[in-house]
Amino acid sequence: MSESVSPEVLARVLRTLAETQKLPFEQVTPDATFEQLNIDSLDGINILFALENEFDINIPDESARLVRDVRQLAQGVQKLVDEKPAPAA
Amino acid sequence: MTRRVAVTGIGCVSAIGNTAPEFWASCLAGQCGIAQIRGFDMTGVRFQNGAQARDFDPSKHFDDKQLIPLDRFAQLAIVAAREALAQAQLGLTDEERARAAIVTGSCYGGKTSEDAGFASLYRDSQPRLHPMTIPRLMANAGASALTLELGWQGPVWTVSTACSSANHAIGQAYWLVRHGLADVALTGGSEAPFTYGSLKAWEALRVVSPDTCRPFSKGRAGMVLGEGAGMLVLEPLDRARARGATVIAEIAGFGMGADAHHLTQPSAAGAARTLRLALADANLPPEAISVVNAHGTGTAANDVTESSAIRDVFGANLNNLLVTATKSLHGHALGASGALEAVATILGLQNQCIVPTANFQEPDPDCNVPLCLEQKPWPHEASVSNSFAFGGLNAVLVFQR
Repeated sequence: MSESVSPEVLARVLRTLAETQKLPFEQVTPDATFEQLNIDSLDGINILFALENEFDINIPDESARLVRDVRQLAQGVQKLVDEKPAPAA
Repeated sequence: MTRRVAVTGIGCVSAIGNTAPEFWASCLAGQCGIAQIRGFDMTGVRFQNGAQARDFDPSKHFDDKQLIPLDRFAQLAIVAAREALAQAQLGLTDEERARAAIVTGSCYGGKTSEDAGFASLYRDSQPRLHPMTIPRLMANAGASALTLELGWQGPVWTVSTACSSANHAIGQAYWLVRHGLADVALTGGSEAPFTYGSLKAWEALRVVSPDTCRPFSKGRAGMVLGEGAGMLVLEPLDRARARGATVIAEIAGFGMGADAHHLTQPSAAGAARTLRLALADANLPPEAISVVNAHGTGTAANDVTESSAIRDVFGANLNNLLVTATKSLHGHALGASGALEAVATILGLQNQCIVPTANFQEPDPDCNVPLCLEQKPWPHEASVSNSFAFGGLNAVLVFQR
């Protein structure tokens, strides 16, 4: 998994997460774990749905299962965004 | 073990009131809730009117996060249940809570979410559905959400028998309490059928009236769809008395049976047989009954066969009987209709009066029953409420003071 996340992707992940969970923006930081944010398994699939729509990506079940905190989530999204085929010219 | 069963709480949401007192005031006034359907484009639908719960505002009852997994039909169930429970003030022990039952009815569950999701998938070519689609559309969504809110852990399930769903639910909850399988029960039905796909499906069946619902009237042109929820709190009469609770009414009996006759055509014989089963379960003779809250849909077929069944069962007693059809007020709320009618019937018993049937034009010789057209005082000890579903599934409840 790529370790670096662009500021733009990170900001969009944080915003999507806060909006989906109805959390104050300042509470959703890259270092927060899902446990700290009270995100349970059901919340998790709502967040994946929102991120798939936000970034137009498909998040595979097996990689989604391994994610435990916001940073890992952003890294996973960045990887899928990087892998997206370039739009046809 | 056999116990008498009291109703100690009622709640409802409907086109004619967002609480039981509002609903009752509209019933007494003969206030019809049928109006132009709002909320989406009705172009190309042959009928335009429905009985929507227009004033129901989910944001008054739930925060944004709570609403994520809740279809409108489940929201309606929860709000009606909260009202019924607030009135009943059950004061449950931990032991009672562990055995407390919830039995709900719904014809088709979270149709609003399903329809919106499938439209986005098929029509708008969206690549994915909302992850809460399944939890929202399951017919037990309201019952399950209530267990989470209340911590009740006894028998909980949902009945789906089209237009009889709520009566089947209430009847089974009644039997649970009567026979000691649960100490208290929350029961009723909820329905939110106003989606474009659902309305087109009803249109195709050619049973929906182009204007309004006129039960048992000459010139009736069909049913009018309604929306809402009704909920009752049941407990043993002895428990209610011991804690000084107000007993609104008792459920005295329940009968259910199948016509085994036709998919959509009702059967007078099947309806009459179910009425007799309910009276036998209540251990009451036909002459004990003074009010029939009819299924009374306003369709050509139902009202004729139901009239025939009523005459068959109560024939010798028609001078002491009044029939009312409250679907003319709150619409045909499908899986919730039996629950709304139960609320009207119970409040009629408590207040010793009868709710009028609205929109009546002139008598139909094929529907020869003593129909109540004006609200009036009506001393009575017992009443029945009929529900007869497509598919020939009948459920009749008996209530007494």
